[in-house]
Amino acid sequence: MYSEKVMDHFSNPRNVGEIENASGVGTVGNAKCGDIMRIFLDIDDNQIIKDVKFKTFGCGAAVATSSMATELVKGKSVYDALKVTNKAVMDALDGLPPVKVHCSLLAEEAIHAALWDYAEKNGIKIEGLEKPKNDISEEEEEEEEDY
Amino acid sequence: MSDKFIYLDNAATTKTSPEVFEAMKPYFSELYGNPSSIYAFGGKAKAVVEEAREIIADSIGAKTNEIYFTGGGSESDNWAIIGAAEAYKSKGRHIITSKIEHHGVLHTCKYLEKNGYEVTYLNVDEKGFVDIEELKRAIRPETILITIMYANNEIGTIEPVAEIGRIAKEHGILFHTDAVQAYGHIPINVDNENIDMLSASAHKLNGPKGIGFLYIRKGVKIGSYIHGGGQERSRRAGTHNVPGIVGFGKAAELALSNMEDRIKKQTELRDYFIKRVTEEIKYVRINGDLTKRLPNNINVCFRFIEGESMLILLDMNGICASSGSACTSGSLDPSHVLLALGLPHEIAHGSLRITLSQETVKEDLDYVVDKLKEIVDRLRSMSPLYEDFVQKEER
Repeated sequence: MYSEKVMDHFSNPRNVGEIENASGVGTVGNAKCGDIMRIFLDIDDNQIIKDVKFKTFGCGAAVATSSMATELVKGKSVYDALKVTNKAVMDALDGLPPVKVHCSLLAEEAIHAALWDYAEKNGIKIEGLEKPKNDISEEEEEEEEDY
Repeated sequence: MSDKFIYLDNAATTKTSPEVFEAMKPYFSELYGNPSSIYAFGGKAKAVVEEAREIIADSIGAKTNEIYFTGGGSESDNWAIIGAAEAYKSKGRHIITSKIEHHGVLHTCKYLEKNGYEVTYLNVDEKGFVDIEELKRAIRPETILITIMYANNEIGTIEPVAEIGRIAKEHGILFHTDAVQAYGHIPINVDNENIDMLSASAHKLNGPKGIGFLYIRKGVKIGSYIHGGGQERSRRAGTHNVPGIVGFGKAAELALSNMEDRIKKQTELRDYFIKRVTEEIKYVRINGDLTKRLPNNINVCFRFIEGESMLILLDMNGICASSGSACTSGSLDPSHVLLALGLPHEIAHGSLRITLSQETVKEDLDYVVDKLKEIVDRLRSMSPLYEDFVQKEER
């Protein structure tokens, strides 16, 4: 059900771990729904993401999207990182099954949450960054069950 | 990928045993006659259908004219419940079931709720047992059916069926039980347990897929569900699935003949696995009861990790198992059974179900526990829930 790239990023996830005294940390998701992502960013004075790590509780797609999202923002400026969308994460993974699309949204949101934390800690405003929702699943509509 | 292959999802389906397959073979291209035909060629097929019916009737203490072959467990559940609802609606429109039934029962009850029936969903305790007192309180004059599973498919808990049957009988209410996971695995007797209808399926006991039966006690007046022919005493139309029925008969015969030994062997293996996991892996919870439990069922939650991730890593090591996590159920919620036990969502997401076959050996389980230890460690090392937990513990 998963692409080879998803399986690769799930079985050999990139950037797993923590960063001590990170410039920004964002945690999104909800244990109730089975996905929690935490992203750590190390951002230098030029607002370049020098390093990024993640920890994720969740399914194969949740781990793979976290891994890919960290790869996509690593080395980028905070502004370029902001442009990494869930679609970019999905495309880089050669797609996700429809029921797993929310994992890519969660990955995007986790990056935004970490950037928000960085901005707040440093008293700066990142143009285009909105206060992240900590739980994207609240937005999802429950599927109607047919009997 | 591993070159190992250890199949431990026997509650999902089982291997059709070679003896069963051999028994079925002649009824595809050689003795392919329709049992309902008048000529002798069809008569041969009819004879083997009736032989299988006899084996199955004997296996649960029923009469042959009380066994109706169906397309499987789900059809049997649907037929029993909808059939009873329609046949007894002049008496009332209330049905009692439990929160941990298979969806074959639960969704059928939901369907009836949309069609003017009332359904009471009984709670279960933390082991998965239906509360008998709550059952007694739920009974009303208009209650027409109690449908409670014989044993649960996820956690293996064996319900107090005889007690439920006795209560149903005292109140003159029909009692149906979904015995899909129990039939062929533990002894069942429809008279001793006052069961009026019972659903079973062949592929859970090394028989073929696509064949099941519904036991309907003589005198229970439910109508037909599949219309269009005189088969099965005009109650279930459709040309008999002769190879399937023959296979089911053979599977039942084999299951009954070695049941005692199998129960003993599987119970030992089950308890050995549970012991190793609880002793060697931290923060685990065994779901279900430890003794009133199907001999082949193990269900364990590993805290701070998610089930699908675990299943993929097990698969990479050649191990087939299942989970009640949301990701494996295709919805946002984990298994309704685990939630009914009172487990919080995040723990229910980390469940693993292992169901043994008669071929499972201790070495297989040792390999699985060894791999599980690595997998659980690995997933916990990347889990923010575990990180938070450890930090709290350290404080």
